[in-house]
Amino acid sequence: MVTLTINGTAHEIEAEADMPLLWAIRDLVGLTGTKFGCGMAQCGACTVHLDGSPVRSCQTFVGDIGESRITTIEGLSGKVAETVQTVWADLDVPQCGYCQSGQIMSVTDLLTNNPKPTDDDIDAAMTGNLCRCATYHRIRAGIHEASKRLEA
Amino acid sequence: MIPKLMQSLHLPGQKIQASRRQFLLGALAAGSGVAIGYHVLAATPAAASGTAGSGADALAFTPYLTIDADGKVTVLSSQFEMGQGSYNGLATLVAEELDADWSTIEVLGVAGNVKAYGNIAFGGTLQGTGGSTSMFTSFERYRTAGATARAMLVAAAASDWGVSASDITVENGVLSHVSGKSGGFGTFAAKAATLPAPAEVTLKAPADWKLIGNEKLKRFDSARKANGTEQYTIDVKLPGMLTAVMIHPPLFGATLKSFDATAARSVKGVVDVVETPRGVAVVAETMWAAIKGREAVTAVWDESAAEKRGTPELMAMYKDIAGKAPAAIARKDGDADAGFASSARVMEATFEFPYLSHAAIEPLNAVARKNDDGTLEIWGGHQFPDVYQMLASQIAGVTPDKVQLHVMKTGGSFGRRAVFDGDVVVESVYVAKAIGYRAPVKVQWTREDDMRAGRYRPAYVHQMKAGIDADGQLVAWSDHVVGQSIMGKTMFDGMVKNGVDPTSVEGANNLPYAIPNQTIGLTTTEVGVPVLWWRSVGSTHTAFAAEVFLDEIAEATGKDPIAFRLSMLEPDSRHAVILKMVAEKAEWEKPVAAGRFRGVSVAESFGTVVAQIAEVSLNDSGGIKVERVVAAVDCGLVINPDQVRAQVEGGIGFGLGAILAEEITLSGGTVDQANFDMYTPLRIDAMPSVEVHILASANPPSGIGEPGVPPIGPAVANAIYKALGKRIRVMPFAKSLSA
Repeated sequence: MVTLTINGTAHEIEAEADMPLLWAIRDLVGLTGTKFGCGMAQCGACTVHLDGSPVRSCQTFVGDIGESRITTIEGLSGKVAETVQTVWADLDVPQCGYCQSGQIMSVTDLLTNNPKPTDDDIDAAMTGNLCRCATYHRIRAGIHEASKRLEA
Repeated sequence: MIPKLMQSLHLPGQKIQASRRQFLLGALAAGSGVAIGYHVLAATPAAASGTAGSGADALAFTPYLTIDADGKVTVLSSQFEMGQGSYNGLATLVAEELDADWSTIEVLGVAGNVKAYGNIAFGGTLQGTGGSTSMFTSFERYRTAGATARAMLVAAAASDWGVSASDITVENGVLSHVSGKSGGFGTFAAKAATLPAPAEVTLKAPADWKLIGNEKLKRFDSARKANGTEQYTIDVKLPGMLTAVMIHPPLFGATLKSFDATAARSVKGVVDVVETPRGVAVVAETMWAAIKGREAVTAVWDESAAEKRGTPELMAMYKDIAGKAPAAIARKDGDADAGFASSARVMEATFEFPYLSHAAIEPLNAVARKNDDGTLEIWGGHQFPDVYQMLASQIAGVTPDKVQLHVMKTGGSFGRRAVFDGDVVVESVYVAKAIGYRAPVKVQWTREDDMRAGRYRPAYVHQMKAGIDADGQLVAWSDHVVGQSIMGKTMFDGMVKNGVDPTSVEGANNLPYAIPNQTIGLTTTEVGVPVLWWRSVGSTHTAFAAEVFLDEIAEATGKDPIAFRLSMLEPDSRHAVILKMVAEKAEWEKPVAAGRFRGVSVAESFGTVVAQIAEVSLNDSGGIKVERVVAAVDCGLVINPDQVRAQVEGGIGFGLGAILAEEITLSGGTVDQANFDMYTPLRIDAMPSVEVHILASANPPSGIGEPGVPPIGPAVANAIYKALGKRIRVMPFAKSLSA
C-alpha cells in the first residue's frame, strides 16, 4: 500500500514503486483530467504539480513521491489558476482540449512565479507542452491576458 | 465485404441542395420532454441514440435535438467533434432558429441512421465527418430542426395560454406573450411532443440572425476543456472494465506465427493475453499492468509477405517513375508537350514529400462491451460510424442494429479516426470477443503504437515542368504526381476513375491559373505502408509543389509573385479577390521590415480559398523563424467567425510543423520514429503570430477545418528563398536547408 496525497486528500493505493504517477492518478484514483499523450515526458499532457511545481506524471514514479503533495487539474485552485481558466474560456483557447489540462498546469506555474512573462519567458516555460491543434497563438495571448487581469 | 457506400463525392462549392423533402418533420416524446427531428421515409431500423421514444414510429424517427423538462436543449450531432468545432457550429445553427439560451446548450454525438445523418457532401449514403463538410451538410438540416422545435413550442404555449401563436415571441429560451405571460422551453416541451409537426417552417432571414456570424459568440465547451472535465474516449470507465494494449506486427503485412505469454501472465494485474487478427492483446486491470505485461510477451512473426522497403529505396523508385510518362492523366488542357517545344524557356523541378503521422494527442482507443441482451456497445471516435457498426457486427456475429456506437469527442484526429478497416475500433471488439465478452475492454494504443502502426499521409514525388514564351508568359505546365492511392482498394475505390484517385491530385488538377497547355499526370505506386487522408489531404503536397514552382517562374521572369498570379486569374475570381485581400492586409506594396523576408501563396481546398503571406527572419546561426502570417479566407457564409479564425490559426501551426520538421521514414520496412522525441510537431517557440481576415460572403458555407493548412508551406518556402536564395523542394525543410 502506498499513500498519495492528491488535491489535499490521502489516497491509499495498491501500486508498485515503478508505476508512473499518471496511471496511478487515472486508473487507481480515478481522476481523468490528467491526460496520457506520450509516456516519455515529451508532450506535457500529463503535467501535474508536485509540491507546487510542474512535473510530467508519466515520468514520475509512485515510489519516488513520498510525502509530496500532488495537485492535478481537478484540484487546481487560487486566483492565478482561476484567472487562467476564465481567460481560456473567454478567448476560446482550446480546440480538442486534450492537452489543455497540462497547458494550464504549466501556465499557472509560470504566472505564479513570473507575473509578467515576456514572449521568450512563455516559450521557455511552455515548449514542453505540445498542442497538436497548434492553439499556441491563443495560449500566448491567453497568458498575456491573464497576466494583465492578475495585475489589475 | 462492405458495399461501395459512395457512388459520387460532392464537395462544397458544387451546388447540392439539401433534399429535406425526403423527410417529414416530426417530434416525439422523449422522457418528459420532446425530441425534434425527421421521420425518414422507409428508414432502416438501426441503433439510434436511444434518446427518442420507442416503438415502430420511433424506429423511423431520427432526432436532431431534444428539449427536456428543464428546458435544456441538446443538439444531436451527426458530425463528429475532434476539436474543429463542428459541435459548436451545429449548436449555433439550432440555437439561432430556436432562439435558445446559448448558455444551456449541450451537444451529443449520434450515429445509427444514415438516411437522416448521412453526409450530403458524400451523396448522403454515409454518415461521416471529413472533407471539411460539417457546416455544408448541416446548414439546412439543423436550422430546419431548430425552427421546427421553435414552432412547436410556440404552438404548445398558444394552446396552453389560449392565445394566438402569432402574439408569442421567443428569446433566450423563454416564450412570452404580449399579456405578460411567459415560460421556459421546459414548460412546453411535453405538450409540444403531442402536437403535429408543421409540414414546413420558414427559416430566419440572414438579417435577423443573432448567433450565426456573431463575432462575440463563445464556444459552449471551452470552460470544461480548461478545467479537465471534458470526457474523451480514454476517460470512459465502465464497471469491471479491463484495459488492453496491442502488439502489432513489426512490419506492415507481417502475420503472427506464435507467441509466448507465460511471463506476461505472471505480471501483476495482467488478466489475459489473447490473439486477434490484428495482433496480440495484453489485457490487464490497469494500463500500466498491460504495458508491463506487453514487455514480457515474445511473439514470432511471418514476415514473408511484409513490406521491407525503406524510405531511400522508395523515394529513389518514385523519382525514377516521376521522370517517365505518367500512368494516368487527371487533366489535359491543350498540348503541354507542344507548348514546351515552342517555349523560349523550360523550367523543371522535382519535389519530395515524406510520409506524415497524424499524431493526434490522444492516442487511438476504443471501448467495447457486450450486454446480456446481445447488444454490443462501442465507445470511440466514430468518424465513420456506419463503417464501424458494420465491421463490429460482423466480428461479433450480430446484426448491425444490435451495435450501438457512443460517439466520443477525441483529442484530435486530423483524419486519423476516419478509417476503412476500423483499426482500433475493431480491435476493441476482437479483444472483447477473445476474452469471451466477460468484461468491457478498452483498447488503448501507446504513442509508439500510434506512430508505428500506421496510417500516414502518403509519401509523394512531384515532377514539375513549365514552359515560358518569349514574352515571359507561362504557356505550358505539367505536374506528374507519384505516390500511393488513399482510396484505391478500399470501399471507396469506386471513386478512383481511369486510374486517378482524386485525393492524389486535388489541388493540382484544379489550378485556377489560365495556363493554355497543361497536363496533370498520376502514377499510383503499390507499397505496403498503410496510408490515409491527413488534414487537407492532397493539397498538403499539390499546393506546395504548384505554389513554390510558380514562385520560381515569377522570379525567373522578373515578376512580382502576386502580380504574376493575378495576371493569370480573372480579376473577380475568388482566388484573385483573396490574393488582393491578403496583399492589402499584409501591406505587400510596402517594403518589408529590415531582416524580414516575405513569401505568398494561395490555395483552394474543400471549396474554400485561402491566401497567406508569411514573414520569416534569420537568427544569428542562420536558422529560420517564421515571425508572422497574414491569412485571407473565403469560406462562403461564416457561421462562427472566431472559430474560422481558430481553425486557420491552428491549421497554420499544424501545417508549419509538418513542413519544417515532420517525417515518418522507414528502414527495411520498419518505421524509424516512435514518439515525439523523433517525430517533432510544432511547439510554441516556433509559432508565428497569425492574423486571419475573413471575406464577407453570402455563398453556402464551405470547409474551414482543413483549408488553412495548404498555403503555409509554400508561403514560408517562398519567404525562405528570399532570405537564403535557396529553393525548398525536399520536405521537411530541414532536409533542403542542410543539403
